[in-house]
Amino acid sequence: MVDLPDPGWIESKLVAARPRAVAALLRYFRDLDLAEEAFQEACLRALTKWQENGPPRDAVAWLILVGRNVTLDHVRRQSRLTELPDEQASSDREDVEGTLVERLDGSHYRDDILRLLFTCSHPELPTTQQIALALRVVSGLSVRQIARAFVVDERAMEQRITRAKARIAQAGLPFEAPGPVERAERLVVVGAMIYLIFNEGYSDASPGSQRGALCEEGIRLARLLLRLFPSEPEMMGLLALMLLQHARRRARFDAQGSLVLLEQQDRSLWDQTVVGEALAMLDKAMLHRRPGPYQIQAAIAALHARAKQASDTDWAEIDQLYAALERRTPSPVVTLNRAVAVSKVRGPEAALEMVEPLGAQLAGYFYFHGLRGALLKQLGRSKEAGEAFKRAIGLAGTAAEAAHIREQLDGLG
Amino acid sequence: MLYTLLCYNDELMTSAWSDEKDAEVMACLGAVHAKYKKQFGPVVRLMPTTAATTFRKDENLVIDGPYAETKEQLLGFHVLDVENLEQAVQIVRELSEANPGGAYEIRPIMLFYPDGASVPGPTVKDG
Repeated sequence: MVDLPDPGWIESKLVAARPRAVAALLRYFRDLDLAEEAFQEACLRALTKWQENGPPRDAVAWLILVGRNVTLDHVRRQSRLTELPDEQASSDREDVEGTLVERLDGSHYRDDILRLLFTCSHPELPTTQQIALALRVVSGLSVRQIARAFVVDERAMEQRITRAKARIAQAGLPFEAPGPVERAERLVVVGAMIYLIFNEGYSDASPGSQRGALCEEGIRLARLLLRLFPSEPEMMGLLALMLLQHARRRARFDAQGSLVLLEQQDRSLWDQTVVGEALAMLDKAMLHRRPGPYQIQAAIAALHARAKQASDTDWAEIDQLYAALERRTPSPVVTLNRAVAVSKVRGPEAALEMVEPLGAQLAGYFYFHGLRGALLKQLGRSKEAGEAFKRAIGLAGTAAEAAHIREQLDGLG
Repeated sequence: MLYTLLCYNDELMTSAWSDEKDAEVMACLGAVHAKYKKQFGPVVRLMPTTAATTFRKDENLVIDGPYAETKEQLLGFHVLDVENLEQAVQIVRELSEANPGGAYEIRPIMLFYPDGASVPGPTVKDG
């Protein structure tokens, strides 16, 4: 007797298969819409076929084959075959299933998925479009889910994704197999995009918000890439960084939904399983002795995770790590973060000295005014602190951020 | 007889579970453990294979990733002390109902005591 899978199982299998299958179909059809449609068709068939006959041995290969064949049929019937490049069309007709399945293994998978993610991270697209497109095409979130995560209405999100696709089609997709240098460059771009997805969720992952799912999606994509490119220390660093931040999700918001700062968080709520995986990842990355920005940021987050209570935090080491990060990727935001560590090690005066020169560059940045206000408050300069807090509230991106500053403002008495 | 139940499943699928789904599956497995308290020994859940490092003895090389690149990965194992294989299979069936998909490999355990200490061995010997 064959055990027939239930719909829930099939669905999670389809979700897991999506990035690899869509990526392979994109290589085949060279068109995002067609690749998505093909996958959709294959999923519909999987829902009935797998329940009748049991699941195939290799679900991804099955989905690719079926998606390709069904869509080719459609395309032929609509006599749109001529739109496919000649060479592509003729060689594919001779294609037998065996060679396709064979080709799916190893390096093809890797470059297919990298290409798919890289396509979504096209530099001509604004970051919001990059994220929306990746969530739609790679992760398979519905337009409705994405719209909710971004708190915009569905029609606007639909348009945003359509525009992004049009732009990519115009720019042309990179289909030749990348060389080692190009591959490394693509990984950097894609890593940044994955972190954007994560941060989009992290900025407001309060329990009632739909955005928390984006954090999990970012982590899932990083794991996927790391399975394909297992020896990339920066990808390990990125995964460790996201895991360490994600581990705090239950402690970051109180019952009223206001943001709880790292120092005030109840550390017993930190997810130690996730922390454990992150520390293992970071440890593994360090063995390569090729430090980079994600590894350094993960190392900073790890120092927080290792401190049993806030007062145990090794701020001197964190200051050093931020200094290393400043040297590698100088940016006013990094300096701003370093100033927090400096305020712990050398006091608020030294930190404020570091923060003040950033005013011109960070005038529109919520955290700049928030930190500046907090430092001024510590120094007893209440009036200036109040002004800084008010500017911060004006720039707050989420209700939770604003509420947090308002509390500080109230604390000024 | 001591057995290990080696749990294999598609890691891409299990790692895509939400927290709630993960907790639900663990609770279902926990119920089977509660039922067979006397038979179950330690349980080990492995971290994702992305966290694994492999030492290749022939090449004297430390490489990233798991030893075997397979479609389904070894995700953890249970230790089981049962009368016979039939009982092990029965328990495995119940675990499978709690968490469908993938496979369990039922492998008898041999014990190895590096210090040669005499410790009670498996409850049943061959033959």
